[in-house]
Amino acid sequence: MTVIDVSLEDRLRAAMPSDADYASARHVVERASRLAVRNGVVEPSASSHDEGVMFVVWRDGGVGYGATSDLSDQGLRVAVEQAEAWAERTRGRSIVEGTPLLHSVGEYSSMVAQPFDALDVADQVGLLIDADIALAGGDDQRIVDRSASLARFDTRSILLTDGGGRVVQDIRQVFPSLRATANEGSNTQSRTYGRTAFAGQGGLEVLERHGFREASAKIAAEAVALLDAPNCPSGTMDLVLAPDQMVLQIHESIGHPLELDRILGDERNYAGTSFVTPEMFGTYQYGSDLLNVTFDPTVSGQVASYAFDDDGTPAERTHLIRDGILQQPMGGSISQARSGLAGVANSRASGWNRPPIDRMANLNVEPGDSTVDELIGGIERGVLMETNVSWSIDDSRNKFQFGTELGRLIEDGELGSIVRNPNYRGISATFWRNLSGVADDFTVMAVGNCGKGEPNQQIRAGHAAPHCRFADVEVFGGEA
Amino acid sequence: MKADDARSYLDELVTWATAGLSAGEVLLAQLSGEDSDFVRFNHAAVRQAGNVAQRSLALDLIDGQRHAEGSVSLTGDVKTDHGRISAVLSELRAVRAALPADPHLLYSTDAGTTEHLIGGGPPQPGEAVDAVVEGAAGRDLVGIYAAGQTFRGFASSLGQRNWFSAATFNLEWSLHHHADKATKSAYAGLQWDRDVVGAKLDWSIRELEALGRTPRSLPPGGYRAYLAPAAMQEIMGMLSWGGFGLRAHRTKQTPLLRMVTEGAEFHPSVRIAEDFSGGVAPDFQSAGFSRPDSVNLVDEGRFVGHLVSPRSAQEYSVETNGAEDHEFPVAIAMAPGRLPTADVLSELGTGLYIGNLWYLNFSDRAACRTTGMTRFGTFWVEGGEIVAPIEVLRFDDTAYHLLGDRLAGLTDQTETILDSSTYEERSMESFRLPGALVEEMTFTL
Repeated sequence: MTVIDVSLEDRLRAAMPSDADYASARHVVERASRLAVRNGVVEPSASSHDEGVMFVVWRDGGVGYGATSDLSDQGLRVAVEQAEAWAERTRGRSIVEGTPLLHSVGEYSSMVAQPFDALDVADQVGLLIDADIALAGGDDQRIVDRSASLARFDTRSILLTDGGGRVVQDIRQVFPSLRATANEGSNTQSRTYGRTAFAGQGGLEVLERHGFREASAKIAAEAVALLDAPNCPSGTMDLVLAPDQMVLQIHESIGHPLELDRILGDERNYAGTSFVTPEMFGTYQYGSDLLNVTFDPTVSGQVASYAFDDDGTPAERTHLIRDGILQQPMGGSISQARSGLAGVANSRASGWNRPPIDRMANLNVEPGDSTVDELIGGIERGVLMETNVSWSIDDSRNKFQFGTELGRLIEDGELGSIVRNPNYRGISATFWRNLSGVADDFTVMAVGNCGKGEPNQQIRAGHAAPHCRFADVEVFGGEA
Repeated sequence: MKADDARSYLDELVTWATAGLSAGEVLLAQLSGEDSDFVRFNHAAVRQAGNVAQRSLALDLIDGQRHAEGSVSLTGDVKTDHGRISAVLSELRAVRAALPADPHLLYSTDAGTTEHLIGGGPPQPGEAVDAVVEGAAGRDLVGIYAAGQTFRGFASSLGQRNWFSAATFNLEWSLHHHADKATKSAYAGLQWDRDVVGAKLDWSIRELEALGRTPRSLPPGGYRAYLAPAAMQEIMGMLSWGGFGLRAHRTKQTPLLRMVTEGAEFHPSVRIAEDFSGGVAPDFQSAGFSRPDSVNLVDEGRFVGHLVSPRSAQEYSVETNGAEDHEFPVAIAMAPGRLPTADVLSELGTGLYIGNLWYLNFSDRAACRTTGMTRFGTFWVEGGEIVAPIEVLRFDDTAYHLLGDRLAGLTDQTETILDSSTYEERSMESFRLPGALVEEMTFTL
């Protein structure tokens, strides 16, 4: 058994009411730190210790929560009283009747090959200074801003329930970042280390997965090269998306539409609804038969791997789309009970101060059997796009427009010169049906800033994908 | 500790921590906290409801030009919090020893005291639930109610003390006719009045009538459009993303780059300022600097001023004007124009009445070209009359058109919008904006 603060655990258990239909206490401690170097200057180091508890009480058809950072006996008592008072106020007025939640017991810890602490602060600063120097591109004056940073998040959560449930999870995440910004006149171009895509669970090995130590010089060179590159051409053509753009494409136009709470209408005042409706599951042709999508919290090293969601539901790999056909949504136990639909363990909270809602965790496009060269070799005229920079989609998750940092022309099956300001737009309901090729270079990545929920919650989601090719996409560039 | 006790608790903690500082050390501390009720609605019933009480203390431990920053949640128990703060300070000393001097460090050396209390009267916890559940009974209402006290305090080992608190509420809802056809409204402020919220709900219900008409599906192209203040909030939100900060300008990452490099201008009627009067933001920032009442950013269409954080002030050798490090406006205000607000439909004539925009982002940041979607309360108008709702449209256009050569007018009244954002904590930001009539807005999908 993982040992936590026994006295706190005892006090949390003691604070829970004994006469509720269901009660829980979810205690979360997140310790984070960040070091950054910008333009040769070490930025202020930042560390945080965020800790608190949320009590949830279900009673007589009502449900309420009380969350507090005050872990004194008095603080815990007030939080429980708040949860009980809100359960009473919502009795007969709640959209959720009766709890479907479990009393799970289990543990999870991120796999860590090389502990992050093996690199002390001075070594981290040294690594970032080296990266920052390389980002200067040999002191190229056109590079007007650059930064390198390392952030880590160590999160321990414990979910206790009044039926003896106890789930303890230790998550270790690393977020590396590099950026070079180049300018000439009214033309500014930035290139990054996959934006937030190259994050993962683990320790220092996360830096090796995508070559953090060697990436800066290429990033600088490409930022400068983009200044002289022509605008991305406009037209309808084949589009190849690199994995660090696929993560965004999956996230916005598969992940969000399949969240069951959106389908049930919870998000219509904020994040939006979904073009997906309950009757589509089992029959709807979401994409071409090359499209296979899994909810997979079991991928080692992926940023949102876990054994249980924040409601205590055991997590397992599940196909959401198989051979292009929509199979099931992403909804936690409560959404499943409300809808009568199957779901997954994706009820997640951004922290102790927010209640769990249906979120993405790891949502992946499974690999195909083509090589990247074969994908490109089949294109007469098209563009390959790398690294998301802009994202916008309607509230039903249908009409989207995305932009990337860098494009490469494809002509007669060959990769050509780079182009700047590459953008594309389409409609989710038809875009995935034009998936014409899936490569075999399955790459594990992340989206670090997914916002949703009222009150608002930002979480980290994992996505993995290979290069993918889409036919007949509307592609365009920026202003002349 | 209770919210009312947080101010004295901050003073006590910093006084205690100051006594333990080494010679030459300076400590800056900022306490952030809130006691908030949150109630989430769907189908005019409660989806989730509860209360969040949170306090955290951000610390900057300085020795000369070396420093390290950290934050810690506060429990309210003095012994526990002293232990946590001691642990953080020890960690910061260790980290600081491994860092070089920070040439951009700048902090307030003032020793003064200020207090700014915005007293309000949020309703009793159950009253908002009653108002919504009963007022929208039988309707498809979705929304969020957030209310309670938010507070910020700054204290330094040099003796400076600043305190800000506000007791506010923000009820924001959409009322749905079918599918994505919905109206959007909000009731936010300091003093809850059940009659007002009832009247606003009744008005939303009346607006539903127009949403029942067969929606127009418009082809991409250019349309005359009126942007209501809530839609303008989204436009200004994008401009705020690097548009006004000194660092973004000096590093050429501002979306207003062409104003800097080519002398591009907005329409002469456009005047934009950071204006704290009427807002709910603290009048000091995290390094202890006070904020002026207002900072002019755009005047007569021309860029005239930046938001300058203390770090940028050091980096670029200018004076700070109390901006936070992100240099985003927190109380942005756009001056009204001359277009009679009551006449916006007749002045629009034929075109799009856009109640809200959604999910904006840059399609070409350097050119300030922005894309986004229409959303709630958007209608096709002919002859000054609302004809029908529309199927959502994607726009892709530059601010130099929307607020520049295609701006036909700004309304003569502005609307104050308290930001409903609640990421990590309830926002203290606000917008004061007019509506805008645009001769042609480009839609692409």
